[in-house]
Amino acid sequence: MRPVYVTGVGLHPFGRFADLGVTALGIHAVRAALAEAEVGRGGFQAAFCGTVYSGVAAGHKVLTALGLSGVPIVNVEAGCASGGAALILGAQQVAAGVHDTVLVFGMEKMPRGMIRSSFFEPWREEAGLSPNPAYFALRAQRLMRESGVTLADLAAVSVKNHRHGADNPYAMYRKPLTAEEVLASPVVCEPLRLLMLCAPNEGAAAVVLSARPRGPRPVRVAAAQLRSHLPGSVLGEHTPLAGLDDAGLATPTELAARAAWEQAGLGPGDLHVVELQDTDAGREILSAEELGLCPRGGGGDWVRRGGGTMGSQLPVNPSGGLLSKGEPLGASALGQIVELTWQLRGTAGPRQVENARVALGHTVGRGANACVVVLSA
Amino acid sequence: MADPRPVTANLFTLGPEGPRLITGRCAACGRPHFPAAAVCPYCGADGCTEERAGPAARLWLWTAVTTSPPGYRGPVPYGFGIVELDGGLRLVTRLTEARPERLHAGQAMRLVATPVHTDDDGHPVLSYAFAPEDA
Repeated sequence: MRPVYVTGVGLHPFGRFADLGVTALGIHAVRAALAEAEVGRGGFQAAFCGTVYSGVAAGHKVLTALGLSGVPIVNVEAGCASGGAALILGAQQVAAGVHDTVLVFGMEKMPRGMIRSSFFEPWREEAGLSPNPAYFALRAQRLMRESGVTLADLAAVSVKNHRHGADNPYAMYRKPLTAEEVLASPVVCEPLRLLMLCAPNEGAAAVVLSARPRGPRPVRVAAAQLRSHLPGSVLGEHTPLAGLDDAGLATPTELAARAAWEQAGLGPGDLHVVELQDTDAGREILSAEELGLCPRGGGGDWVRRGGGTMGSQLPVNPSGGLLSKGEPLGASALGQIVELTWQLRGTAGPRQVENARVALGHTVGRGANACVVVLSA
Repeated sequence: MADPRPVTANLFTLGPEGPRLITGRCAACGRPHFPAAAVCPYCGADGCTEERAGPAARLWLWTAVTTSPPGYRGPVPYGFGIVELDGGLRLVTRLTEARPERLHAGQAMRLVATPVHTDDDGHPVLSYAFAPEDA
């Protein structure tokens, strides 16, 4: 297999843009990535677009508007991991020698409020068995019981990511929060407060992948892996109505991470910076455990030792994570790749993690799907 | 008032002895599942059989939903959680108790059929739910 390099990245800020359609958001990110990679018409041989709510042939509309159609264009839906799934498909094409250069992008314009998903049958909505934050809350309660996580730890994660996000011009929320503010915000689903949850929103991100390195400090895709859930558990992003004891059953994130370590020939100890799924504060802690950034069951201790903060051994979500940026489903995974590329190039400005050479991006979502990408420079 | 109707068919039965869940069990791997299905969701084998489960369960995880999720027309707050039935099947369910502080891990719970809302034709719509045994 050939090495795969990130040769251009582009990002539209995450937020709310009443005057812009999803196609306009996508165009912004795609043009920025192609310009940086110095690639135009004829310069890439396939395109993959991650999106969930954008409707029919959404990626085609972006490339049609730019006069860039003609190449194969595939729209990829994998819940919150859609952009990651698109990246993996593109990286595999380059690695296998099918194409030399591939465009990958993701975009979304989410409705406001609690996410509505056609994943749930109408009766399940009618019975009240479809609220995402309630599932997040059950998972957080389990962490409190099994990983020594406290309400203060959940607040600390939100405080950390909002502090990081204050330095990110692409984030929706840029105001630092205190633990008191987080804890005083309305209870959405006990134990989760409003400021422990990310907001669905709008945005776009794009990445150009190539078999040839570019620039003074080329960033390589050392691993890109996607896994779904194994049958059996009752509590996971596949949100079944029933399941069994899941002791010893690997989660999608654990499966994807194992495969990524094997592909990259690296482990958690080699990482310098991480962007991981933090749809709620509990999800960040669980993600850290599943990715091996701390021991299983050690999530509460990890938070209390300052795990993931800027200046710590391994900063997590220097971009501010989804808690600060908000979550445009199809764009969120590629937004991580853009941030991590900047980190590895040393161009992340006030968010820069010193001497970062190995980075990990992680998303997990409805399906369930988990995506783990390792970048190196 | 029109007769109550279940929120969907094949989830639970209503008999003189009270509601029972319609669960499935795989002939090949022996594991229980819900809702009942012809194909085992764990091992993919055909030939699952239907069973009746409940009313007893133990509470595993719980919360309360404080704002209406999309497509839901019933009252808030409402209880929401996961209970474990005898035999190990864990079930996502409504809870009749919407005050999380009144619940605890391992609490004895009992299956009930509760009205969630009244539909446009005047039928009360019933869902399965679990209530604290001591309530």
